[in-house]
Amino acid sequence: MSLSVTINGDRRELPAGATVANVIESFPGAPEGRGVAVAVEGEVVPRAQWPNVELRDGAKVEVVVAVQGG
Amino acid sequence: MSGLLTIAGRELRSRLILGTGGFTNHEVLSAALDASGAELCTVALRRLGGERGPNHAGSILDVLDRAGVEVLPNTAGCYTARDAIVTAQLAREAFGTDWIKLEVIGDDRTLLPDAVELVAAAEALVDDGFTVLPYTTDDPILARRLEDVGCAAVMPLGSPIGSGMGIRNPYNISIVVERAGVPVILDAGVGTASDAAFAIELGCDAVLCASAISRAHDPVAMATAIRLAVEAGWLARGAGRIPRRRYAEASTPDEGLPVFDSASQ
Repeated sequence: MSLSVTINGDRRELPAGATVANVIESFPGAPEGRGVAVAVEGEVVPRAQWPNVELRDGAKVEVVVAVQGG
Repeated sequence: MSGLLTIAGRELRSRLILGTGGFTNHEVLSAALDASGAELCTVALRRLGGERGPNHAGSILDVLDRAGVEVLPNTAGCYTARDAIVTAQLAREAFGTDWIKLEVIGDDRTLLPDAVELVAAAEALVDDGFTVLPYTTDDPILARRLEDVGCAAVMPLGSPIGSGMGIRNPYNISIVVERAGVPVILDAGVGTASDAAFAIELGCDAVLCASAISRAHDPVAMATAIRLAVEAGWLARGAGRIPRRRYAEASTPDEGLPVFDSASQ
């Protein structure tokens, strides 16, 4: 059983029970420092909750990072 | 420069806020940051991955940390109050600050603010505990509305973002300033140093500048020029400009003028 989720606009297959932390770990370099944030279905998931929040099938996840701007 | 800028209780010595957009690399950004004297710098949030790897992402904050400046996250690229609110909440999580430069734009050609969405987003974010600095038009009524919902400053544009057209309606900017009870920060349109000086002379409390510096042929020299222009504008404003007259007023006295024409005695 696996999940189909959309991460930053791309469809991805993840194992059942995958958490927000697993999503972060799937990016090269696994960013952990300041300047990264995650929203699931338009709701911000605080960093401390990343290991606890499991993704539902079909979830839309946005992972953002600091860039130059403004 | 004399006179501290106070926004939401935070005191800043510099009246120049640097936007980090458009710098070709972090070395130039770092040097321009030093030259600008800015203590507050904008940053944005974009999707992780693609061309922007995490190493690149981490280092923009490293640059700002090394310079000892505070981060002012923005909501650039948001078209709706809803998107701007979520982006602000992401920024609070990512940067650990409740300060937000609120941008809600109406279209991608003018990048002009969408007044209706802007006020809605500002109100919601103030209620959520944010210190909101909205990018707005030069409309004094809209500036008042933003102040009324609790914004910590108002940031009217001089002209569209990145246009370098300077201050297209100085009368409106001066009316915004006259009626504002919060700091007024000129936020867009500066093309060169004289535009920044003009903004401060008009009564703005600070200038936010990105493209004018980052896209100049020599960003570090322009950062220095605009820092000095902001200081010059501040000094000139305090010194008090002379009134404008339609006709000349000689600075050399007429009294004691020698007469050479014997016919007129």
